[in-house]
Order: sequence, then structure tokens, then C-alpha cells
Amino acid sequence: MSSRKVRNVVRLTSSYAILVILAIAAIYPALWILLGALRPGKSLYSKTLFPETLTLDHFSELFNSRQILFPQWYMNTLKVSICSMILGVLLTLLTSYALSRFRFRGRQNFMSILLVLGMFPGFMSMIAIFLLLKELSLLDTHLALIMVYAAGAPLGLTLIAKGFFDTIPRSLDEAARIDGAGNFKIFTSIILPLSRPILTYLALLQFTGPWVDFIFAKLILRSKPNWTVAVGMWDMVNNAQNTNFTVFAAGAVLIAVPITILFMFMQRLLVDGLTSGASKG
Amino acid sequence: MDQHRNKATILSILCMGLGQIYNRQFTKGLLFLAFEAVSVYYFINNLGFALWGITTLGETPRTSANLHEGYDHSIFILIQSLITLIYLIVFLIAYYLNVKDARKVGQLRESGKKANNFMESIRYVLDYKFSVTLLTIPSLGILFFTVMPIIFMIMIAFTNYSAPKHIPPAMLVDWVGFDTFKNLLALKSWSYTFYGVLTWTIIWAVLSTVTTYFGGMLVALLINQKGIKLKGLWRTILILPYAIPQLISLLVMRNMFNGQFGPINQYLRYFGLDAIPWLTEPMWARVTVILVNMWVGIPVSMLLIMGVLTTIPKDMYEAAEVDGATGYQKFKIVTLPMILFTTAPTLITQFAGNINNFNTIFLLTNGDPVNGKYQTAGSTDLLVTWLYKLTLQSNRYNMASAIGIIIFLIIASFSIYNYRRTKSFKEEDMIQ
Repeated sequence: MSSRKVRNVVRLTSSYAILVILAIAAIYPALWILLGALRPGKSLYSKTLFPETLTLDHFSELFNSRQILFPQWYMNTLKVSICSMILGVLLTLLTSYALSRFRFRGRQNFMSILLVLGMFPGFMSMIAIFLLLKELSLLDTHLALIMVYAAGAPLGLTLIAKGFFDTIPRSLDEAARIDGAGNFKIFTSIILPLSRPILTYLALLQFTGPWVDFIFAKLILRSKPNWTVAVGMWDMVNNAQNTNFTVFAAGAVLIAVPITILFMFMQRLLVDGLTSGASKG
Repeated sequence: MDQHRNKATILSILCMGLGQIYNRQFTKGLLFLAFEAVSVYYFINNLGFALWGITTLGETPRTSANLHEGYDHSIFILIQSLITLIYLIVFLIAYYLNVKDARKVGQLRESGKKANNFMESIRYVLDYKFSVTLLTIPSLGILFFTVMPIIFMIMIAFTNYSAPKHIPPAMLVDWVGFDTFKNLLALKSWSYTFYGVLTWTIIWAVLSTVTTYFGGMLVALLINQKGIKLKGLWRTILILPYAIPQLISLLVMRNMFNGQFGPINQYLRYFGLDAIPWLTEPMWARVTVILVNMWVGIPVSMLLIMGVLTTIPKDMYEAAEVDGATGYQKFKIVTLPMILFTTAPTLITQFAGNINNFNTIFLLTNGDPVNGKYQTAGSTDLLVTWLYKLTLQSNRYNMASAIGIIIFLIIASFSIYNYRRTKSFKEEDMIQ
């Protein structure tokens, strides 16, 4: 065996070894929480990673407990996320389409303003939004949360979506215009069908937002029955970390599994979204 | 030739809509007229109050004598005044557009054309001003849920709205100019915390960006090597941390690193090592947040860089091989510059994002362990998490707003630098 071949074998074996270690590190927390959810007892501590017996008790506790209104929180979150997804995606589409396709006065300024506004820490506006909602007596309603999420969507996502629309050739619009299509017709029958990837991307981000945001949700939703899952989970860890760990684990699994699967399916899309946002500056 | 133009202009200056009615655009004119009537009615009731409110911020605090009525709540007054003033600006813009429109239509009539009727106007707007129509609703949303709150918070930074002495309704809030900033930057008790937290924020942002970026690059190169099998599988496994929602994964990590019962210390004890105070000792807590952030952040960089690797043209490597380059030289001369050039803008975005990385810190350590020398901040607190605590836990609203403004200045300067750099990249076409 030549020394070159030996070196190659060494290189590959060590690479595989590192990859295996990394893979374990990537999977371990997910596995640990999954097994935690299935483990009897309540405590964080467990002698071994794989428990001797498995149980589904914690899931049923999650659905039947009087303290943890998990089913209700789940439905609340579903409602908020679906509504804010529809509204937010719509608003983002409107702004990004206008910015990508039309040349009007103040267009550059509008984009710079979006960029600048995005640089303020989001919850710097917390108190003002709280007071505004109080003025409108919308505190502790889901409508308020939907409005906040949907109104915030164009701010972060417009430039990404605009970058995508820029890649759809303008000659398509012009051809349709010559055939007599109006602006609405062009938008619905030319642009929308071609923008499936970016629509899915925007919808995914808008949909998952309410499942993981606890800052605004905690601020706006004051009473326990109105909470979203994110607030509930955070409350569980913060107030009863060690006494009720396994129930937390069960809840975490129920939230994480659907979202994780969605994200895994759309990996490719996410990369495109990331890079298109990046390179357009 | 009639002077339609001037008559219409003067009439519309006198009252919104009159010019349009003069131009025989009755529906449009009536709509304008109704808008003006509603607005004027609103301003009669509110404008005086708003101007008084924004200058004085209220004059009578709540006492036992006026417990239910007749007291001034400075902060409510401030936000009500602000809403009225923003509405005034919207109204003035509408008024200006109304005058301009009347003048334009008047001009059209002078040249002998007929003015558009209402349906024609709507068609015109939809065909030629479509973009403005599209932007109206999102802009209103942004105005009320982003711009207004930001203006409000900037104003708060110049007041003394803060616990314990100036919390309405029992006490009033006043304008204090730059005092808040002076205290934050120069008053010993505050400035010590501020500079401490600022230093850690910058260290954190640099370390977390560098570790995730180069970590991601290493992993991407590792998978992309010649001879590694099942590339897709490795990629899918290593992307997992990115797919799990951060709220969940970080709360799980918090439990895993738990000093007493967490599995990590359990393994350490099993191998006969001492347990490590992952989250409770300042230095270790800082190490832990960086480690966990690597776990969360490396997959994203990995995805990005794998994407770049596929775009590097093969002939560049072939050319390098012809010149007799070794593997390491090929990496140094071809791969690394290509990756850096394409991902440099993302690197700066990530850096800015890390300065604002609220989730990782707040969910993992809550900013703790508490630092006794700090004002309500802990050893791992970033400026943003400190801002959050100052707002919701200790009600020092003016300090929080001042910190928010400072964070904005830091991020904005990076982003503007980044923006201009990317632009110069595009224009120069240095590569490819």
C-alpha cells in the first residue's frame, strides 16, 4: 500500500469519526426529550437514557390536567397562526410585489425605511403596543396578537420576497398586458402561480412564528385560557422546572414534531430564502 | 379660456373637496368633504388636548381626592397625543394631495378635456397607481404597529418615566432632555453595568458569529470531501437542530445543562469527573451559551456554505491541479476565497443578529447568574435581554428606551456598512 493510500484511509476514517460524533450531538437532545416524554415519573433526573418502561401517561395528563390547559392552548395557537399566516403573507405579497414590479416615486425611500425599521429591537415597541391595544381595549384577545404578527410580517419579509419577484422575468407581465390583462389579472394568473416557492417559505415562517414567540404573546394574553402554547411551555419550565419535567417534555414533543417535519421537508426552500435575502442586501 | 386651474386650487384650499365639486367630480368631492368633516370634528375635540398633553405630560397626579376621575396619566396622555399628531400628519398629506388633484383636473379642463367621473378615477388609480394602492394597507399597519411605537419609545428615552419615583397615575412624568443618556453613560451605578453588558454583548457577538460560521464551514467541507458516502443522510441529520423550533430546543438545553439533575453532569460523574456548574457560575455560563449557540447556529452556516460549494466551477480546481496545487493549497486559493466572497454579507447580518440574539440568552440562562455589581443585570445578559428586564421586571422604561436607541445605532452602522459593501461588490464584479 502506498503512503498516499494510507493517508487517504486515515483521512476518511477520521472524517467519519467526526461526523458520527457531530451526528450524535445533533440528535441527542431530540432523543433525550422524546424519551423524557415517555419515561415514568415526574423528575428531570433519570438513571439511564433509555428508561426501563415506557408510558404515555404524560400525554394524557397534558390533555386532562386542570392546571395545564394544553388542548386549549394548542387550538388558540392554531387559530392565531393560521389567521396571521393568511393576513401576513397577503400583506407581504402586496408590498413586495409593488416594490418589485412598479417604479414609483419614493420607492427607494420606502425600501430604506423598511430596512431601518427592521433594525430596532422588536420589543422596544412592546410598551407602546401594549398601551395602544389598551386604548383599543383589545388586550387579552387573539385578534390583537394576530394584528401584531400580521402587521410585523411585511417588515422582515418584504425584501426577501421582493428578491424572489425580481427573478420572474418582466417579459411575462408585458406579454399578458398586451393580451389585455389588468394588474389584478396579471398578479393572480401569472405571478402567483410562479411564486409557489416563496409563498410556501413565507407561509411557513408566518405559521411557525406564533408557535415559538412568547414575548408578545406573554405581554398581550393575560389570562391562562387565552395563552398560546409558547407561553404555556415557558411558564412550565420557569415555574416548575424540576417537579413536572416529563409533562413539559411531552408538550415539547407535541409542538416540535409537526414543525420539525415541516422544516425538514422544506430544507431546500429555506436555503433559497436565506441566500436570496442575503445577496440582495 | 377660464382659469379653472386657479379657481379649483383656491376652492380646494378653502375646504377639501370643493375644488373637485367645482370640477364636476361630485362623488370624489363629497368623499373628500366627508373626510374633512370627520377629521375637523376629531381635531376640535382632540388637537388642543394633544398639544397641551405633549408639552406638559399632564398636570394633576392621582391622589385620594381624585381617585376615579380628573387625574392625568402621563403615559396615556403621551400616547393619545401622539396618535392625534400622527393623524394630523396623515390629514395634512391628504389635504395637500387634494389641492394637487384639484389643480391637475382644473388644468385638464382648461385644455378642453372632460374630467374623469368616479368610476374612471377608480380605473385610473387601479391601472396607473396600482403600486400605491397595494402599499396603502401594509403601510398603515407598519405606521401603527412599528413607526408609532418606535417614536413613542424614543420620546420615553427623554422623559423620567421610571420606577420608583415616576410611575403614573400616582406620579407625573416629565421631559428631562438627555439626562437618561447622561446617567446611563456617566453615572457610576449605571455606567458600570452598561459598559459591562456592552463588552459582553460584543464579545458574544464576535465569538458566536465566528464559531458558528467556521464550524459550519468545517462541517460542510467534511461532508463534501471526496469519498464520503451518504452525503444526503449526513446533511439531513446535521440539519436537525435547525429544524427544531428554538423555543423548544433551548428550553430542553436548559434542562440538559441543569447542574444537579441534568444528563450532561450525570455523564461527567459517570466518567469520574467533577460536575460543572454550567449555568450557575458566570464564566461557565458564558461558555455554555456559546456552545449551545454553536449547536443551534452551525446547521444554518453549513447549509449556506454547502450551497456555495456547489456553485464553485470545477475548472478552477482543475486549473489549480495543473499548476500542481496540493489539497490544502486548493482550499486556500480556490475554496476559501469563493466562500468568503459570497457569504461575507451574511456574515455581517449574522453578527448584527447575534447582538440582538434575545432567544438564546433569555431562554437558556435568563441572563443569570445574577451579578451583584450590576443594576438588575446578570453575567450573561446582552443589551437586549437587559432592555427586556428593565422594561418588564423593574419598570425603568426610560433607561430601557435609551438602551434600545443605542442598540439601534450599533446595528444600523453595521448594516449600512454592509449595504454599501454589497453594493460595491455588485458594481466591481471582482470575482467571476
